[in-house]
Amino acid sequence: MRLSALDRAMLDGRHGEATRLAMKVVTAMASASEASRLIDVASAHVDGCLYHGQASLDFAERLVTGGARVTIPTTLNVGSVDLLHPELYRGDPDTADRGRRLMDLYASMGCRPTWTCAPYQLAGRPSFGQHVAWAESNAIVFANSVLGARTDRYGDFIDVCAAITGRVPEAGLHLDRNRAGQILLRLNGVSKKLLAEDVLFPVLGHVVGMEAGTMVPVIDGLPASTSEDQLKALGAAAASSGAVALFHAVGLTPEAPSLEEAFGGKEPRRVVEVTPSRLADARDALTTARSDHLDAVSVGTPHFSIDEFARLTLLLERTGIAPGVDFFVSTSRHVLAEVESRGWLDVYRGAGVTLVVDTCTYVTPILNPSHRVVMTNSAKWAYYAPGNVGVEVVFGSLEECVRSASEGRVRRDEALWGGD
Amino acid sequence: MTRRCGVATEGRTLVAGSARGRALRLDEPLSLWGGMDPATGRVIDRRHPQSGQSLAGRIVTMPSGRGSSSSSSVLAEAVRAGTAPSAVLMLEPDPIVALGAVVAAELYGRRVPVVVLDEATYNGIRSGDEVVVEAGEISATVRVARGSG
Repeated sequence: MRLSALDRAMLDGRHGEATRLAMKVVTAMASASEASRLIDVASAHVDGCLYHGQASLDFAERLVTGGARVTIPTTLNVGSVDLLHPELYRGDPDTADRGRRLMDLYASMGCRPTWTCAPYQLAGRPSFGQHVAWAESNAIVFANSVLGARTDRYGDFIDVCAAITGRVPEAGLHLDRNRAGQILLRLNGVSKKLLAEDVLFPVLGHVVGMEAGTMVPVIDGLPASTSEDQLKALGAAAASSGAVALFHAVGLTPEAPSLEEAFGGKEPRRVVEVTPSRLADARDALTTARSDHLDAVSVGTPHFSIDEFARLTLLLERTGIAPGVDFFVSTSRHVLAEVESRGWLDVYRGAGVTLVVDTCTYVTPILNPSHRVVMTNSAKWAYYAPGNVGVEVVFGSLEECVRSASEGRVRRDEALWGGD
Repeated sequence: MTRRCGVATEGRTLVAGSARGRALRLDEPLSLWGGMDPATGRVIDRRHPQSGQSLAGRIVTMPSGRGSSSSSSVLAEAVRAGTAPSAVLMLEPDPIVALGAVVAAELYGRRVPVVVLDEATYNGIRSGDEVVVEAGEISATVRVARGSG
């Protein structure tokens, strides 16, 4: 591997101990990915600020003690604590203190305290073709697929090391040759009605992740009306059930104006027909609960956008929430400020909805510990919450979530999934 | 297929180190984050075929990475807590697993070798096999010392 003079100076400790450690991590990743050199990145999104145990703190403290400062614009992913509403935390206070301490350490390195898993909903997002170093699987897949920016699958540790050094291995999805589609998923016989529904996208994403694994999937047959929020839900689901970091949707995403271009002129390794019954099976697989009992609803994974708030506001203006059912929306503090400025907060206060910022309901104890069954419109939440926070989950659309919360029982539209 | 014992095969080192232990074969990729509890080393992803089994001290074979980018932290934390696999053998390289092992070595001085194997070698390792891993800076030797079934 060829290192520049500056890379070598960093690695030799001439830019301080933290930069030495950061460059050591970057070069270790470079050799794991067989990169021949490092390249500059324009920005970073750092995931390491979520507390996973003492190792998270040990690493950040080692960096801060070594004088770490980020050298490129850097946003921060969710932490363990809602810093604006700390009273929502129901776990052990010592863990909350550690989580808060970790968040402070990352902010003290010069990262922006954005605390969101959806940095693409902030101003100044990466441009087409720009190299960035993003962590958080849903943010990675969005940056690559929807924005056409270039990030590999960065995770904890390497993310902040890229932010400190401004360098990443020239490997993976930074390279043209790794961005071409490899597997084709073709929508086959899916009704126009289902194609127009938001709920299709997380379910389709679940199928895409299961089929693609680590391959780059190409999805053919989505309507031109597909929104950014729908692609966000698809990507988040595919990055949970599989290791998808880039997908192409023909006619929708910037590197896939046509099927041929999405595959870079090559043939797909495999073609999967996505039929209504395949989608119905995936939808069922996202539900673990076996009755219509309901304790809570959680939406906003990834963090709710302002457009999603607009839709939920309309739904909640029409109906209330049954006593005994908790309703959570996870979002960023930036989107919350926008909700407030649009005058929508009263709707949420009136309905008794809890707005969670800076964190998410499946990574930290916010749900009522006596609650067993939680409904969500997020395939990602449905995928991880049973293991992470020990609940049974019901998957449904946003409308089904609101209707169920209103009636106090799970209510879902089965007809939508029957095909036609 | 005849199982030959004691045959050493070469792999590509992602993270150097040596380890010896019983193999645990993961039939599907596992996201360590959300999929493994670093306090116990157990698989907590209820959809995973090896759900409930402990990775602690095992030579874990895993075809590829999956899911969340927070898995590096979970592996480092498991190394700190003493619940980590003693080595990870993969079919496809996964930088997220490699990074967790690299940082754990820097912070705690404990090495979990991560090695990429060819398909024949990878498929020849079964749960319960006694496996010895010697991973140098570039290449690694993996020896299935004894197959116990």
